[in-house]
Amino acid sequence: MALSGLVLVLFVLGHMLGNLQIFLGADVINAYAYKLHHLLPASALWGIRLFLLGTVTVHIWTAISLTLDNRKARPQGYDVKKSLQSSYGARTMRMSGIIVLAFILFHIAHYTARVVPSMEYGDASVLSPNEVPLVKHGHAVVKEGEPIMTFNVNDMMVDGFQVWWVSAFYIIATGLLCLHLSHGFSSMFQSVGLRNTLWRKRLDCLAVLYAWVIFLGFAVIPVACLAGILKEDPSGGLPGPVAAITETLHK
Amino acid sequence: MEKTMNLTLRVWRQKNRLSVGKFETYQLSDISEDSSFLEMLDILSEQLVADGHEPVAFDHDCREGICGMCSMTINGMPHGPEQGTTACQLHMRHFHDGQTITIEPWRAKPFPVLKDLIVDRTPMDKIIQAGGFITGRAGSAVDANAMPIDKQTADYAMDAAACIGCGACVAACPNASAMLFTAAKVSHMNSLPQGKAEKDRRSLAMVTTMDGEGFGGCTNIGECEAACPKGIPLDMIAQLNRDYAVAQVKNFFQPVL
Repeated sequence: MALSGLVLVLFVLGHMLGNLQIFLGADVINAYAYKLHHLLPASALWGIRLFLLGTVTVHIWTAISLTLDNRKARPQGYDVKKSLQSSYGARTMRMSGIIVLAFILFHIAHYTARVVPSMEYGDASVLSPNEVPLVKHGHAVVKEGEPIMTFNVNDMMVDGFQVWWVSAFYIIATGLLCLHLSHGFSSMFQSVGLRNTLWRKRLDCLAVLYAWVIFLGFAVIPVACLAGILKEDPSGGLPGPVAAITETLHK
Repeated sequence: MEKTMNLTLRVWRQKNRLSVGKFETYQLSDISEDSSFLEMLDILSEQLVADGHEPVAFDHDCREGICGMCSMTINGMPHGPEQGTTACQLHMRHFHDGQTITIEPWRAKPFPVLKDLIVDRTPMDKIIQAGGFITGRAGSAVDANAMPIDKQTADYAMDAAACIGCGACVAACPNASAMLFTAAKVSHMNSLPQGKAEKDRRSLAMVTTMDGEGFGGCTNIGECEAACPKGIPLDMIAQLNRDYAVAQVKNFFQPVL
């Protein structure tokens, strides 16, 4: 539980930092996505995906077996039971976990597998659907005379988050993830015994801080999309009007 | 002037281990606020006997908060609403006139109800038997100064040894886990030089026994710490986890159990 949790805790931080690059421009987030897909061979990408899938599986499996054991340990419950000092987040780990899992499945279908109906996964404008040139320092990256084309992640994100319920589900799910982390982050130190009286208070504070950072870091993107701060960019981040861009491409 | 109160009690009544229990409601009047919770139950039992009914059975012994016998969940809180207090040391001044008080036994699979509010806490004894001992020289007592122990270690071990094994941690835990109890025993003995010889063996044996007795697993939420009448801290569970992990690694390379 703790070790798989550690991997996932670090993953969400990396994922959040990656996503925040959308604020640096369409060219930056598209180049980041391109790097993720092409820096390592496809087998390594699948290796990482399978590792994450395995980690999630271990996390869920240990949670289920722990829950079943714990249910068995108290066949008859109390008529009256008060919570003494446990936090709301700690008591609702199962519910927040299940809802976050449902979100992850939707999220992967939405942005990784790209199979959610009615979502536009490309912009049928001047350039070919889905594809925009890979941009570096304001210029299209050209390889062997041809510009390298890449998926327009910027538009996919902005487009997705302009659907109100997608954004609402996203913000609620990341809120629950925040709640989940507020207990999970410090709990993993307790489980492996890396905590004492002094560090317990610090880690509990750090857990709440970490959870808020993760929540705000994720939730700010759909909010910015809905508020119109982040816009679609069919050129993929090339400067100048689209017409000029296509012109340079055809040269 | 002494204040008195009238109370409505909902008490769990169960004839024996096999029978199905249920709540009975009793009215009790003119209870002094200076009486202890158990004295209040004594008055209830006298009233029941006078009416030709069976008295309420509950565990108690020293009535001064050090034996760990009294064990009842009062209004959903093991040992009642006062922090760091056993049920016997709880006084009626913490309740008010006209209040309804629900009294239940500890609820956990390893703690079957024997009668009314009395549960069988033998599984805790089994955890102690599995590792709650040291290898010592038999015969006359060793000179107290023969083995120097630094103050911090002695204080820590003393805090852990404050555990009276009442089972409130198990009762409070939503998972009926005995981690705090086991952690107190392990922390007590593993931290002292006398207990070092069996340290790894103890950590493994006590945890294995705890799991085997059917207690639930720890989810680190800390209800046990709040319910403990002796203030055993959650940090001792961290030590148990640490000692257990180290023992597992050592046991992999060279069996200690």
